[in-house]
Amino acid sequence: MYSESNEKKLDEIISHYPVKRSAILPALYIAQEENGYVTDDDIKYLAKRLDMRINEVEEVVTFYTMYSRKPIGKYKLQVCRTVSCMLLGAEQITEHISRKLGCKLGETTPDGRFTLVEVECLGYCDLAPVLQVNFDYHEKINTESLDKIIEGLK
Amino acid sequence: MTKVLTSRFDLKGKACDIDVYLKTGGYQALEKAFKELTPEKILEEVKKSALRGRGGAGFPTGMKWGFVPKESKRPKYLINNADESEPGTGKDRDLMRYDPHQMIEGMIIAAYTLGANVSYIYIRGEYWYIKEILEKAIAQAYQRGYLGKKILGSGFDHDMYVHPGAGAYICGEETALLESLEGKRGHPRLKPPFPAVVGLYGGPTIVNNVETLAAVPWIILNGGDAYRALGTEKSGGTKLYTVSGHVNRPGNYEVPLGYPLMNLINEECGGIPGGRKLKAVIPGGSSVPIINAAEAGKCNMDYESVAAVGSMLGSGGVIVMDESTDIFETTRNITHFYMHESCGWCTPCREGTRWLYKVFDRMKRYEGRPGDIELLYDLADKILFKSFCPLGDAAAMPVQSAIDKFRDDFDRRIKYDLVQIHKAAD
Ligand SMILES: Cc1cc2nc3c(=O)[nH]c(=O)nc-3n(C[C@H](O)[C@H](O)[C@H](O)COP(=O)(O)O)c2cc1C
Ligand code: SF4
Repeated sequence: MYSESNEKKLDEIISHYPVKRSAILPALYIAQEENGYVTDDDIKYLAKRLDMRINEVEEVVTFYTMYSRKPIGKYKLQVCRTVSCMLLGAEQITEHISRKLGCKLGETTPDGRFTLVEVECLGYCDLAPVLQVNFDYHEKINTESLDKIIEGLK
Repeated sequence: MTKVLTSRFDLKGKACDIDVYLKTGGYQALEKAFKELTPEKILEEVKKSALRGRGGAGFPTGMKWGFVPKESKRPKYLINNADESEPGTGKDRDLMRYDPHQMIEGMIIAAYTLGANVSYIYIRGEYWYIKEILEKAIAQAYQRGYLGKKILGSGFDHDMYVHPGAGAYICGEETALLESLEGKRGHPRLKPPFPAVVGLYGGPTIVNNVETLAAVPWIILNGGDAYRALGTEKSGGTKLYTVSGHVNRPGNYEVPLGYPLMNLINEECGGIPGGRKLKAVIPGGSSVPIINAAEAGKCNMDYESVAAVGSMLGSGGVIVMDESTDIFETTRNITHFYMHESCGWCTPCREGTRWLYKVFDRMKRYEGRPGDIELLYDLADKILFKSFCPLGDAAAMPVQSAIDKFRDDFDRRIKYDLVQIHKAAD
């Protein structure tokens, strides 16, 4: 499941800490990149690799919002809903995407391309409203720029 | 105005390259610290500077560093808190993406002062591209001998790593951060012992905010007294504010401590759009009490003056709201944030934030019951100072202050006759 280059990356990360377990958060990102979500096999494998129990890994995965235990769309559209973005129309942004894609909050489009979610503050308050697509930030968005962003995601 | 933190912001990221950084005075403070000063002397300068922690609590930095024992059986650590998740705050983001070396230089000086051979930058996972910028900058610093073994020919070794968080506001709280860095859920630890004595892997650990550490090189180059002189007597230096919401030019602005809030809004940010009037300001990130226009009018931005109008400087996230804003709605939004981010460890916060939101939610649908406003107030009271960590307080204070100051916006959701009118208008 782990390619040779990922194994190398993991070894490098583990070497940063006196305790292997400290590598769990960065390691989970590598795992998630493979399938788009964290699989049961990933959890078993990482437990062995980082000297953790399976439930200890599971406990970490479910605590942090950036990991998913279920398959999600290729593009995760994350609309910031918190106060500064809200003041500048975050709700309308969510509605617009929802209508455009025909998918409700928390849902994935049938073609598996998009998952729409609302997230809490993304640290772009002065550049509100903001949308994060996977790891890419799009700042000061409006309905027009949104259409372009979404059409650009193939 | 003197720019301590943002002097390279105009280069729009070119200073990420170490050569540009060096050409603009970079790593000179480090040279000075290693060649002319001792750790004792550095600590003295930082104490003199009256620099206070910029992560939210405003604790004097020099005093905090002084808590670290000189001798320790376990390794000492320095942690740069780059979790930046306080609603209204996006300043550390620009400090890192426009001038990463400044912060790294500050970290090396801090680590040298404390005798810490390893440091971690704990950065929120969403800032992935900034994590990459930092990793590149750190690699360059190793190449030039500013990191690694025997830095600048001294006997001091230091290694620096970037560690990503994964979407949990609570991990910005320093002890939850330590748990997270140790590979666990981010639940806060009981204090004392404080991290400066028992921290990461049980070793003495200093956690400082990005902005705090980014100010260190200037202090070393120009002296603690010069830094202090930029601000007020008790709050030295400058502060970087993120201004968001209803202003013409939202953004990050560095001004001296003690700068009038209205100048920040009207001059730096070009005032409020459409000539509308100011209604309210949250001066220090969503965790602090809201203030009204009259209070904002007499508020200077330093720790003491903001406290005098009943709020806090916090993280420096200034959220501006004009007269069109419904404070009930903004407070409901903020309550949702704390409900979502409560780590679930203690009952007052875990249950209290949910209950608060439930009441907000029914009031939003104009299904509020008589007594609901008092219920909100009372619920907040049951959370305030009764929770395990300050997140609970941060959830409670905005609710109480909003009710105190903008009662009308809450009443509209309750009073039977008014409810009918507003429901019809919505
Ligand atoms: C719920 C909560 C969240 C926090 N989030 C952050 C944060 O994102 N960044 C930060 O620097 N400090 C944050 N803090 C404050 C830290 O606990 C700590 O006081 C700070 O990092 C110390 O650095 P300083 O002395 O340089 O301010 C938070 C505190 C609490 C209670
Ligand atoms: S106050 Fe909230 S965030 Fe803090 S320990 Fe309790 S449940 Fe967790």
